Amino acid sequence: MTTAAETKHSTGMGRDLIVYICLLALAGIQFFIAYQNISTSQMFLRMLSVAVVEAGLALLFFMHLSENRGLKWFVLIFTVAVVLGMQYGWSDSFRLVDGVPWAR
Amino acid sequence: MGVFAFAALDKALNKAVDKALNDEARTQSKVGGNVSQADLSIHGQVSRTGATETMTEPTFSVSAKKMAMWLFIIADSATFAGCLVAYGFIRNATPDWPRPFHSITNVAIMTLILLTSSLTMLLGVRSADEGDKAKAFRFTMITAVLGILFAVLHIREWMGMIGEGATLFHNPWGTPLFSSLFFSITGLHLLHVTGGVIALIAVGLKYQVGRYNADDLEVTGLYWHFVDLVWMFVVPLVYLLNLAH
Repeated sequence: MTTAAETKHSTGMGRDLIVYICLLALAGIQFFIAYQNISTSQMFLRMLSVAVVEAGLALLFFMHLSENRGLKWFVLIFTVAVVLGMQYGWSDSFRLVDGVPWAR
Repeated sequence: MGVFAFAALDKALNKAVDKALNDEARTQSKVGGNVSQADLSIHGQVSRTGATETMTEPTFSVSAKKMAMWLFIIADSATFAGCLVAYGFIRNATPDWPRPFHSITNVAIMTLILLTSSLTMLLGVRSADEGDKAKAFRFTMITAVLGILFAVLHIREWMGMIGEGATLFHNPWGTPLFSSLFFSITGLHLLHVTGGVIALIAVGLKYQVGRYNADDLEVTGLYWHFVDLVWMFVVPLVYLLNLAH
């Protein structure tokens, strides 16, 4: 069912192609970072940042979230809240390796 | 006195609501469609503020099917996030984590295929919106074929690793946790790809014979883009961070 207010994808194919090329380029950057001589934590942070940008592009343009403001915030707030909530255990993973200072 | 007046007003409003719903049902049945109470509630609720304004927009102005898919995507992203966070936790807490991947060619090709399949899915949905049924069907099937190709490459990679002695409970390069996490996370993603391919073929075929419409194709497309989105996180965390230097 299509509602009257539901926005149809009026933008041209050009934008889709640009987003596709951007995604390919960002994926290429991730592969490039993988061959850099940097620490694992630095590599992790850089790759994750690129992945977040990729995911944002896919959500906004491929999944048309940019065309629906209310739905965009609904999806983002719930997803980000859940994902952030999962991060509470990281300090414990450091404690398992280093012992101190987390064990005190 | 006020209570009685309110009760009378409430009764009158309820009667008006029932009448409006019945009129809607009668109108729909005249044009040949079967209308259930669920269909009417999807269209919107009858406003109690005025007689002229009868219907309101559904939540976020999206159809119920699309909303259901978005809710599924939110829940499923929590599942994948849970798996990836658990992987990160264990990787961080395990000294001498193995880095067994020597080549990224296969995973690069898989990424290219999945990203391209997202584009073909978009083109399919766009064609369906424009009413070009044949083109929409063609692009949907191309997307499904690309999904199958991705799955084949994925299984080929798995077979290579299994051939080297890696299983769910055994890892020839060090801690068995690596293999467990690798096969679990990539397996969960592969399961989603397989489900997506089946959905694409089923919805595409039913769209072609007229049983499904462009909206159904778009909802399936949303799922497919989500599968692509998850891969954007699986590749760097599971493959690229474990690349041998």
